[in-house]
Amino acid sequence: MSAYKVTQEEVLAVSGVDPKKCMRCGKCSATCPAYDEMEYHPHEFVAMVEKGEIEKLAQSKSLYLCMTCMACIQRCPRQVEPAKLVEAVRAAVIRGKGATHLKPDALPDMLDPDLPQQAIVSAMRKYTR
Amino acid sequence: MPVTAANKEGWKPKIIAFCCNWCSYSGADLAGTNRLSYPAEVKIIRVPCSCRVNPLFILRAFQRGADGVILCGCHPGDCHYSTGNYHTRRRMTLLFSLLDYLGVEKERTRVEWVSAAEGQRFVDVMNSFVAEVTALGENRRLGDLRCKEN
Amino acid sequence: MQKIGVFVCWCGSNIAATVDVKAVAEAARSVPGVVFSADYQYMCSQAGQTMITDAIREYGLTGVVVCSCSPRMHEATFRKAVQKVGLNPYMLEVANIREQCSWVHKDMAVGTEKAIMLMKAAVAKVQLNAPLEAGKSPVTKRALVIGGGIAGMQAALDIADAGYDVDIVEKNPSIGGKMAQLDKTFPTLDCSSCIVTPKMVEVGQHERIHIYSYSEIEEVKGFVGNFDVTIRRKARYVDETKCTGCGACMEKCPMKKVPNEFNQGLDTRSCIYIPFAQAVPKVATIDPNYCLKLNKGACGICSKVCAAGAINYEAKDELVTEKYGAIVAATGFEVIDVSKYDEYAYTQSPDVVTSLEYERLMNAAGPTGGHLKRPSDGKEPKTIVFVQCVGSRECCDPGKGELRGGKPYCSKVCCMYTAKHAMLTKDHYPDTDIYVFYIDVRTPGKNFDEFYRRAVEQYGVHYIKGAVGKVTPEGGKLKVQASDLILNEQLHIDADMVVLAAAIEPSPTARHLATMLTASMDTNDFFTEAHPKLRPVESPTAGVFLAGMCQGPKDIPETVAQAGAAAAKAIGLLAKNELVGNPCVAHSDEWMCNGCSQCETVCPYGAITYVDKEFKMPDRTVKIRRVAQVNEAVCQGCGACTVTCPSGAMDLKGFTNKEIMAEVDALCR
Repeated sequence: MSAYKVTQEEVLAVSGVDPKKCMRCGKCSATCPAYDEMEYHPHEFVAMVEKGEIEKLAQSKSLYLCMTCMACIQRCPRQVEPAKLVEAVRAAVIRGKGATHLKPDALPDMLDPDLPQQAIVSAMRKYTR
Repeated sequence: MPVTAANKEGWKPKIIAFCCNWCSYSGADLAGTNRLSYPAEVKIIRVPCSCRVNPLFILRAFQRGADGVILCGCHPGDCHYSTGNYHTRRRMTLLFSLLDYLGVEKERTRVEWVSAAEGQRFVDVMNSFVAEVTALGENRRLGDLRCKEN
Repeated sequence: MQKIGVFVCWCGSNIAATVDVKAVAEAARSVPGVVFSADYQYMCSQAGQTMITDAIREYGLTGVVVCSCSPRMHEATFRKAVQKVGLNPYMLEVANIREQCSWVHKDMAVGTEKAIMLMKAAVAKVQLNAPLEAGKSPVTKRALVIGGGIAGMQAALDIADAGYDVDIVEKNPSIGGKMAQLDKTFPTLDCSSCIVTPKMVEVGQHERIHIYSYSEIEEVKGFVGNFDVTIRRKARYVDETKCTGCGACMEKCPMKKVPNEFNQGLDTRSCIYIPFAQAVPKVATIDPNYCLKLNKGACGICSKVCAAGAINYEAKDELVTEKYGAIVAATGFEVIDVSKYDEYAYTQSPDVVTSLEYERLMNAAGPTGGHLKRPSDGKEPKTIVFVQCVGSRECCDPGKGELRGGKPYCSKVCCMYTAKHAMLTKDHYPDTDIYVFYIDVRTPGKNFDEFYRRAVEQYGVHYIKGAVGKVTPEGGKLKVQASDLILNEQLHIDADMVVLAAAIEPSPTARHLATMLTASMDTNDFFTEAHPKLRPVESPTAGVFLAGMCQGPKDIPETVAQAGAAAAKAIGLLAKNELVGNPCVAHSDEWMCNGCSQCETVCPYGAITYVDKEFKMPDRTVKIRRVAQVNEAVCQGCGACTVTCPSGAMDLKGFTNKEIMAEVDALCR
């Protein structure tokens, strides 16, 4: 396994998020359905990325408790989009763990009409290098 | 490739900027107040409104050796004289179309809207305009050699 | 041949640090027409100005060029100085070698070369300048105040007390504005009606103030000192001169289902109505959207019961034209529509209300007689959650998600009024549990922070740093899910009412009015001031002044202060007997004019007319030709006509074609 370090630059570039826009209102955490299970919460994710504490975030269990329901994206008054940060860190971590798990040629066989587009894109991001 | 003035080391274009007193001239002043920088090739002429600029002034500037001419006015809707910049927009569309027909490169002329609060925008516009004109080199089409001082 | 004097300013080190001022002065000496050249540290100082005036006298200068800061700073200063020694002030040009040279170019050689070119361009222009005399225009000694809220009323009272006639134009049937709807005001907790109604009465009774109520501005023409305004007096269907305000019509009107705007739609009113008991003028108005007589020809009861015979179903809108010297814009604000914020369930439960609705519920003259009752079942709420910043401080980039009508700015008054609501509620109902979810608590005014601390420390209001994520109506309660960022918890509160501190926005009538006044507005529809720090109550358009929320979010003390300031500016204008105009106006050479009327069409001010004039032709005959004539008092000097003129007859004094081309020539060398 390669010692792949997730950097702040990668997270910001992939997610397209500007964490500086956050005004620390806490609406994302207020709306998060998974709040109680998490150790770090959506409002903290944004602050951690801004501060550069990516390792801490990448190694926490809270990262995987985000259900990607996008409620925080819809409700954030500053258009910060915290869930995109989570997705970016997750994708980077998974990519760092090894080689490509998903080959694009294999994709058409795996598709079924009920599969949401979101899931396909998500999988491409997470499981290919 | 012929040796032109543009290839000569350190050639700088002559840029005339017509700025309206109320918005863009103030915007240029603000750039100065904020100590921002733009090339000294840009020389500003103050007019009461961008609609004061007669197409003949622009042609005269090119005749006398200018390499680029830019007009700055208030944003549409914000003209101090309410409708001036609409006339500017229409006139310059026509003039620039004529200049294009004459073979004068489009990048040598511009109309930009800069408000009195947009010091940074003024600087960005000037920097980009000067860069474009510099890349084109000396204006050969409309320059009148009789006007050139030796 | 002109005798030009060139004066180069160091401006301390502002210019001298990056421009070799002595070199510029030296270069001036060899420019044809320049007979005198000097440099000095501070040209605008008394000593500097004396240097200029001495040189004019000694060398008989006919034109002056000052190389200094921007003409927008000191052109007027230098013009006044030269005028004192008899030189026409328009024989002076300023070369901007500071803001547009020394401050933007760091290399001294580069800056000096440019400064010399700018100086030469100014000399070339002033060589062609002609002496100009400013025209004078009279000032109509009457002010117009648009908006009859506290800002408009205060401005009108101040102007009227100074001895000038004032007209107030108010779109609603009564003056009073939002203040008349408030219960108590922070930080003093005065009863709002108790302080605003005496002002309303004073305005109504002042012999110099005339109120056009239920009226709107239709058209504005003219310029500072001489505005021609057309006012549309909307049809009330009630004769204001006859109506005694007895209210019999309201009692008997059978249409009682009209949503009552004064109570923010929380209850209903009759179709013929007086908006509230203390209305000024106390005159009924028929709402044409609901009137059975006007729409269906039925009913007609109000005219039968009116003892004064004031009802007139045939009334029409009336247009009135009036002249004014100064205009004050005081159009106020509205609360934004929060229905798109579905996380708060505003449209799903009547118990989720905006702060202004809550204000009406608490008001003794409100829909519940001042008893705090839940709109759904009339019960007293035991747990109330206040949500701050609803629609304020938001990012509104169009590319990201749905835009819900949020605003980027802070609405300024909400932190204070929520603390007020919390304390007043606790005063009446001490066993109520109150939560306020805030991002920041902004209490900058005098005694403001102490006010909000009382709510926390004395009244036990729970202030929680966090946000409300979701409100779900369930089983008669409102399930509130929120975050507490200090304790890092997600809270679940069963509330009885939720109050949203909705953002404020300028009145929707403001943008159309700004266009009519040619007053600038920013992207949030607030009127722009001439200078954000130094000229906060003047619009860049001369003669238009600003007061109140229409210029930016503010509370009552600030509004009253600003209204007084706007009044002072208006009084300063009205006190003048004549205004010195701008002499840089258009002028048509009547021999070259061919009477085409193009200039007339282009002029934004209608300053150009055409007249038939007699001309003595070279062959001794007399010919009548139609030529353009510029009204110098109306012309604002934009120059649009000069470019439109196909024969080149039209030129602009002070910025003539030859002058501008001389500048172009000089700069292109």
